[in-house]
Amino acid sequence: MRSVSIIGVGCTKFGERWDVSLRDMIAEAGVMAIGDAEITGEQIDALYVGNMSGGRFIEQEHIGALIADCAGLSRLHVPSTRVEAACASGGLALRQAVLAVASGYSDIVIAAGVEKMTDVSTGTAADALAAAADREWECFFGATFPALYAMMAKLHMRRYGTTEEQMAQVAVKNHHHACMNPIAQYHMEITIDDVLKSPLVADPLHVLDCSPISDGAAAVVLAPTEMARRFSEEPIKIVGSAQASDTLALHDRRDLTTLDATVHAGRSAFTQAGIEPRAVDVAEVHDCFTIGEILAIEDLGFVEKGQGGKATQDGMTALSGCLPVNTSGGLKACGHPVGATGIKQAYEIVLQLRGKAGKRQVDDAQVGLAHNVGGSGGTALVHIFTR
Amino acid sequence: MTNHAPRFWRSIPQRYNLSGTHCTCCNEYFFPPRNLCPNCRRGAHLEEYTFKGTGTIITYTTIYNATEDFERLTPYNLAIIQLDEGPKITGQIVSSSAGVKIGMRVRPVFRILGKEGDKGIIYYGTKFAPLLEQSCAEEK
Repeated sequence: MRSVSIIGVGCTKFGERWDVSLRDMIAEAGVMAIGDAEITGEQIDALYVGNMSGGRFIEQEHIGALIADCAGLSRLHVPSTRVEAACASGGLALRQAVLAVASGYSDIVIAAGVEKMTDVSTGTAADALAAAADREWECFFGATFPALYAMMAKLHMRRYGTTEEQMAQVAVKNHHHACMNPIAQYHMEITIDDVLKSPLVADPLHVLDCSPISDGAAAVVLAPTEMARRFSEEPIKIVGSAQASDTLALHDRRDLTTLDATVHAGRSAFTQAGIEPRAVDVAEVHDCFTIGEILAIEDLGFVEKGQGGKATQDGMTALSGCLPVNTSGGLKACGHPVGATGIKQAYEIVLQLRGKAGKRQVDDAQVGLAHNVGGSGGTALVHIFTR
Repeated sequence: MTNHAPRFWRSIPQRYNLSGTHCTCCNEYFFPPRNLCPNCRRGAHLEEYTFKGTGTIITYTTIYNATEDFERLTPYNLAIIQLDEGPKITGQIVSSSAGVKIGMRVRPVFRILGKEGDKGIIYYGTKFAPLLEQSCAEEK
């Protein structure tokens, strides 16, 4: 297996992008990444794109061919593959690209992610997202996505004493980070009181505990590490890439307050990288709901099980803390165009490790981690990056 | 909801009667029925099993914002219930004036779960209601 590096990155502004289409966004992100890597179309061996539900959101499938076409690569006949793992589609596209380069089959590969969610009503979007849960045995009985995470939160509160204020602090922190990120959906500070006074969606989760519906696209360019310096002065190495599965339905899990897929993917990625969780300087984790970030920092081994709420309250995961988490603003405040999220996480980590993250820069960041979850935890991907 | 008649009819035994499977090799019970036992896989001996339906609430939420099919019910209670035989199941909790609590005992009730408009098929299935055995026992 060959070592793999990122030689270029690009990301569109996230948000309600009524003025642009999926095609516009993927072209914008792709052109940025290709320009950043200073490669030409002829050098690209393959494309992988994460997209959860083009069929439901824009009534368009066959996204693989579409993005090759939009990227101007159709006349070069570059193979292009769309991959899907619900909200982890982007992370999965990155992993497929890593495998293609690591195996030696391809040299220059693009991993992209895109979702255009605001062309349909909020109800239709919510139903499309609910398809990531178990349609027959969760949704049929009235489950929604917030409800599944709310049930994890309720049990976490009961078992470990986690409070609504601690969960709200995740949203407050991530909104603060997003204010320093030009591509973020929200540039607006919020308070714990704002979160707790916002309407309940599924008790104990309020509107401001939930990530929004967003449009956006992101892309990264991968190359074998041995070739990377030919293209980039500051390539970022991918030293761990792992994926794990679990039951589709939340109720079938071993423990409802642990995402075992995260635990397994995390351990595997740390083993590949040969480092311990405490070596990580900056992390992007899957905070689709505020409880999601608390579960993630526990399940990745940054804190002990049950201590995620307290660690958040104590400021451990703030920009000034010992492990800044979601410096981009996370899914919560940077936005969550589902297929693009996993690639945007890699984009943010690359900026941090290059020292190009502006006001939200983590001092001397050497090791970064990205954690992407599909559904309520049926899929998890963990990638570890170093300078 | 994307269910249509054949898709719903296939699941009638499970949805009306909580019919699942039991693996006689490892003695684990499964709901909904499984074609493969995740413990024994191809070595499994699976038999049909109808659950008693009584169980305990492991966790729950009250939903205020639902998909279009369930909007008329809001707010409603949804829980993960561990059936007495072991498997866990997601379902709505009805007629609970005392509120829903973790650890509360429940029993199955047969209810309408949804319908495909005024002229479409009606989906029936199982919801759960508080089991009165505990409060009765306390009174005695």
